[in-house]
Amino acid sequence: MNFFMTLLQVTLRTTAPLLFAAIGGLFSEKAGVLSIGMEGYMIAGAFTGFVAAFFTNNIYIGILAAALGGLLVSMIYGFLTVRMGGSGAVVGTACVAFSIGATGFFNRVLFGVRDTFSKIVPFQEIRIPILSGLPVIGQILFQHNLLVFLAFLLVPAAFFILYRTTFGLEIRSVGEHPRAADTVGLKVHAYRLCGIMISGILGGIGGGYLSLAHANTFIEMMTAERGYIAFVIIIFGKYHPGGILLAALVFGFAEALQIRLQMQDYDIPYQFLSMLPYVITLVAMIVAGRTVAPNALGLSYNPFRKSLSKGVK
Amino acid sequence: MLARLYRAVARTMLVPILAVISALLAGSLIILFAGFNPLVAYAALIDGAFGSFYSISETVLRSIPFIIIGLGVVISFRAKMFNIGGEGQFYAGAIIAAWLGVSLGGLPMLLLIPLILLLSFVGGGVCGFLPGYLRARFGASEIVTTVMMNTIVLQFVSYLVTGPMQEPRRFFPESQEIADTAKLPVIFQGTRLHAGLVLALLLVIVCYIFLFKTVKGYQLRVVGSNSTAANFAGINVRRNIIHAMVLSGGMAGIAGGLEVLGITWKLFQRLSPGYGYSAIAVALLARKHPAGVILTGLLFGSFATGANMMQRSESIPSVLVNVLQAFIIFFIVAYGPFEDYIYGRLGLSDSLKKGEPA
Repeated sequence: MNFFMTLLQVTLRTTAPLLFAAIGGLFSEKAGVLSIGMEGYMIAGAFTGFVAAFFTNNIYIGILAAALGGLLVSMIYGFLTVRMGGSGAVVGTACVAFSIGATGFFNRVLFGVRDTFSKIVPFQEIRIPILSGLPVIGQILFQHNLLVFLAFLLVPAAFFILYRTTFGLEIRSVGEHPRAADTVGLKVHAYRLCGIMISGILGGIGGGYLSLAHANTFIEMMTAERGYIAFVIIIFGKYHPGGILLAALVFGFAEALQIRLQMQDYDIPYQFLSMLPYVITLVAMIVAGRTVAPNALGLSYNPFRKSLSKGVK
Repeated sequence: MLARLYRAVARTMLVPILAVISALLAGSLIILFAGFNPLVAYAALIDGAFGSFYSISETVLRSIPFIIIGLGVVISFRAKMFNIGGEGQFYAGAIIAAWLGVSLGGLPMLLLIPLILLLSFVGGGVCGFLPGYLRARFGASEIVTTVMMNTIVLQFVSYLVTGPMQEPRRFFPESQEIADTAKLPVIFQGTRLHAGLVLALLLVIVCYIFLFKTVKGYQLRVVGSNSTAANFAGINVRRNIIHAMVLSGGMAGIAGGLEVLGITWKLFQRLSPGYGYSAIAVALLARKHPAGVILTGLLFGSFATGANMMQRSESIPSVLVNVLQAFIIFFIVAYGPFEDYIYGRLGLSDSLKKGEPA
């Protein structure tokens, strides 16, 4: 298999966890809540998913546990930002710190400090009949594990839910104009919590992808800021599932490229290659500029006060 | 007068104290869940932090970076900037100290150490400038940019200590030990407590004067509390945002420089146990006030030293303190809406300021 085909195939695999996180985060942001805690949901999901899969020997229970792990952290975030009016930045950062600390703590309690990692049997590659036999694209597009396919199916699903269902319209209206939504009888806080919980579940699965289908083990801080990159992907993708797909592919490609380049024996120190996705993130933020975010994004809503507030720090 | 001062101090300290107590209680649930005895764990933590003169000196020593980076975060918070790049900025200062500490070793100590610390400040400041500029110019979230910078700087450190800055024998992934003239003098015999403590306390005073007694500090605070009003008053919002980030990064840079000059004498990859992230909690718990940072910095320093003891004697992983720090922030936020109510019940409300949000 030549360099470029492998590169593109790996790109889809590195894009998948970013897509889970970014599409999840989109639900939260469309409802008007910043998805700063995403890194926390992911690392929590990576850990709970791995632990469950390790002790039950069942990878599907692992994915379920990953979703629950992400959900748990997102509920802390949702409670403190939506109900208590805390600032998304403060609570989000604390959620990340909590997840890193708690997963590190229980990882050492359960497995000790070790040289050899406990492994699980990961998700197996699925070859879609007929399609995977196609020349070139068959190999790139149709030979992946289940989660990769799911990640890409999320994009049309998210589009449908957000733009073609009542629930999606309600989520978006809560993010655009919470007072108007409140006036017509929508429970603003409930919808926002709902958006956050969806982002927690999907973020948890995205993290679970890393431990269950990628590394086959749990390594502390293994999400490596992917939650923050997902946050940028949402902005870069202009808060639209289609845009997010393209943006996620850009970042997935950057990561795949640096992995592939590290395998080629170039004279560049590997650390500079590892920087690549992060440098691209910085550049993307400049290119994306100020995009059209949901109108009330990051503003907390108190039904008993006249104006929206930025949240207490 | 005195009564008002008492009420003001009690008001500011009440929620942080409640938050710390609640965080310790919540932490004990985690410890229980992991199958340990919380009382034994906390006893080891307290013993490790305050059990002997030496451990107290270690606690104070470990609090220095928390205090200095925390001051930086306070400055950025005051301008409503969320600098979680303390980690990268800390390493930027450390790189410069490790580099100049070797290459300028011939200079006399009284010239060398201030020079190095000044340049560490510049190094950290540069790392703060970029996110500040990107925010001011392009509206890029400083949370994301600082996190990205952290990773980039960490990778760069990894490159340096295995490449150009590696010690001459090329055996360990660390830099060469700095010259004796660059090592900070110890201020208490028999401990590792170095002169950086004096600098940290000086910086607290400087930071207080800067924020509350200078025009520049006032502008920063106006930008932070209401950028629209600041704009109307002719204060350049963008420039102040950048300045706040440069100062904030510079502080973390100094902390990185001190760590190398005072304790480790060399640069390596795990120099910081996450100071930059903890500094957020330090600044929040201090209620964004420089004076409070001394107390919260000491608290976090005692967590850091105590946790080591807890790990050694009870084999409870020391990362537990990161969970405690997160809990502290959770509880500060959670108690926020009840603050006025609590003050009212305890008779701490200022009668003159009734009805005004605290």
